[in-house]
Amino acid sequence: MKHTISVTVEDRPGALTRITTMFARRGFNIDSLAVGPTERPGVSCITLRVDCAQHTLEQIEKQIHKLVNVLRVTELVPGDAVERELMVIKVSAEPERRAELVSTAEAFSGRVLDLGPDAVVFELVGTPEELDSFHELCRPHGVRELVRTGRIGMSRASSKRPRSPRLAAIN
Amino acid sequence: MSSARIRGADAILRSLEAEGVPVMFGIPGGAIMPTYDAMAHGTTVRHVLARHEQGAGHMAQGYARASGEVGVAIATSGPGATNLVTPIADAWMDSTPLVCITGQVRSTLIGTDAFQECDITGITMPIVKHSWLVQDAREIPAVMKAAFHIARSGRCGPVLVDVPRDVQEAELEFAYPDQVDLPGWKPPTKVHPLQIREAARVMAGAEKPVLYVGGGTINADACGELLALAEAGRMPVITTLMGKGAFPETHGLHFGWPGMHGPKWSNLAMNSCDVLVAVGSRFDDRVTGKLAAFAPGATVVHLDVDAAEISKLRSADVPVVGPLKKALRELAREVGRLREEGAPAPEGWLQKIAEWREEFPLRYGSTPGVIKPQLVTEQLQSLTAGEDVVVTTGVGQHQMWAMQYLLSERPRSFISSGGLGTMGYGIPAAIGAKAARPEATVVCVDGDGCFQMTCQELATAVLEDLPIVVVLVNNEHLGMVTQWQDMFFGGRRSHVHLTRAVPDYARLAEAYGAVGITVREEDELQPALEEALGLGRTVVVDVHVDPTEQCFPMIPAGAAAVDMIEWEETEGVEAAS
Ligand SMILES: Cc1ncc(C[n+]2csc(CCOP(=O)(O)OP(=O)(O)O)c2C)c(N)n1
Repeated sequence: MKHTISVTVEDRPGALTRITTMFARRGFNIDSLAVGPTERPGVSCITLRVDCAQHTLEQIEKQIHKLVNVLRVTELVPGDAVERELMVIKVSAEPERRAELVSTAEAFSGRVLDLGPDAVVFELVGTPEELDSFHELCRPHGVRELVRTGRIGMSRASSKRPRSPRLAAIN
Repeated sequence: MSSARIRGADAILRSLEAEGVPVMFGIPGGAIMPTYDAMAHGTTVRHVLARHEQGAGHMAQGYARASGEVGVAIATSGPGATNLVTPIADAWMDSTPLVCITGQVRSTLIGTDAFQECDITGITMPIVKHSWLVQDAREIPAVMKAAFHIARSGRCGPVLVDVPRDVQEAELEFAYPDQVDLPGWKPPTKVHPLQIREAARVMAGAEKPVLYVGGGTINADACGELLALAEAGRMPVITTLMGKGAFPETHGLHFGWPGMHGPKWSNLAMNSCDVLVAVGSRFDDRVTGKLAAFAPGATVVHLDVDAAEISKLRSADVPVVGPLKKALRELAREVGRLREEGAPAPEGWLQKIAEWREEFPLRYGSTPGVIKPQLVTEQLQSLTAGEDVVVTTGVGQHQMWAMQYLLSERPRSFISSGGLGTMGYGIPAAIGAKAARPEATVVCVDGDGCFQMTCQELATAVLEDLPIVVVLVNNEHLGMVTQWQDMFFGGRRSHVHLTRAVPDYARLAEAYGAVGITVREEDELQPALEEALGLGRTVVVDVHVDPTEQCFPMIPAGAAAVDMIEWEETEGVEAAS
């Protein structure tokens, strides 16, 4: 099962490395990872996507929680969280097929970032699943390059769940 | 606190003094020289000069485990720091509180492959609770405060403070903080009352309970509370190698040690119990063997300060997270109350384990003219019973015989490398223990292989006046490996013979200024041990034991308790015990 974990950390040297080292050492795999600042100065948020069983997820949460720079660990539960990702994709596009591509991108609220003689660079923001769909649709045209930021997310404004149900029981 | 302008190097020492550290263990070198120079200017912290940084690290561990305080090791950058890696890994596995201070090359040289530069914070990241590369001398007081706090709070363990040379030389206003500022470090301080109540109910209702006690109990200083709980519930106690000493082993409720070389009665009890109460223990594979077959019928109650240990390997039916001292105290009260209300004590079960102990005692053979290694630990036990003795060990067969035959009466009196199984741990750990407990007799039960990994520290023991008694169970082999080759690799001996010719251990001891005694005949053994224990000097008693003796019982790695291999009487060999 895929899970998204949101980790807030003190912005200290090595804070990210300690998390990734722990994953490597304990044999946990990371599907995607995104890091950036938060509303609090000196605090960063790391969003991790992992593919593991429930038991392993609990282990991962507890092990992350033990790291000294980690302030909070939360699972972003589907339905109770919003998740977004940014993708930049360069697609082959002969002039005659360009209009079709651009209108497909528009359907996904994508933007044209750059136009070349035989290619277009699109920017897309959406749920990771939306980005997957757009990627699929671009495939027949020829995808030359693609980068994605990895997903980020937070609990919904209407969420009533405690921040971290499992860890709340522990501490 | 009033402040004064001092150098970073002085700040390190003032911090150690503020922490009340009486002794540190180390070796100087380029990148840590400012701090050693600061020592020359004066400090109340005693420095014990080791002969190898691994020795310094294990001494700090021995000190920590014998005293219950944080151990401190100090080394230079590069090779000095990498030599500390083994003790750090060992302290990580065995949850020993340790602060390691390493010099680092100047900040301006970091990243340039400078002389003796090594990314020690990177190398040790998977084996420390936390580490710091100090970038500004002004950070030193807060970092040192945090280092000690983290090493000893929650589940104990090692931390590393790496200080570049220019940071040691830079000046700062020194004021040692009263409090730590660690918003992300909040080990549990409370125990959930509902979890306690549920645990007590399960324990008091058990027909066949077992308290499976690990080193966490000693680290938590919760041995008195454990005794109260065991007595209140009349529940049998089985202590792991790391938990040895957490419960008096001459007490009627103590029933041995679990796992690979545990006695049959202990493993029968562990595997037939209906409620297994893990107390600061972690279901290590050397204890459980094949996990799926371990204690199959047991409801598991797991008490630990580290939430991540709970259900890591064996799913806990009743998790109790929190400091063991509180948890055990409350459980003792609650279980005592339930007993008074009529929940019957498991007297029949205690009887049953006692019968197993009668039926399947530890046994070994006797061959005329050879000294059995078990006799060495047996005699050591009878000579030291009731005395204030701290025992350390190396790793191998002798370690297991020490576990089987030496009865620890008190916490912190048995110090052995459990999780990492580090050969060479025994001698330096004994020296550190002696620094912690000068009034105690400190004995290192060592193997001839282990001895040769750290025997240069005999110089430290002699010159620093930290006398230890090394009892060398000399079987002229890397015995435990030999045993595995003989049992599981078709008897093909591959690179395990050490010989008895080289070195001459007694003469080597003498060369270090220690006393060396060689024991070749059985009747020399007891007088030699007696002499060694009474000398008050560093002594090596080199006992030439049966080179073919194997350690039993044994549950092969990955096997279940039912696959236990027991000692069998062979022709011409009589059972001695
Ligand atoms: C540093 C290290 N290297 C290798 C091993 C593997 N090992 C485990 S026990 C053992 C033999 C120990 O020999 P000795 O000290 O003579 O003790 P004995 O088993 O003979 O009592 C070895 C090589 C280890 N545990 N630690």
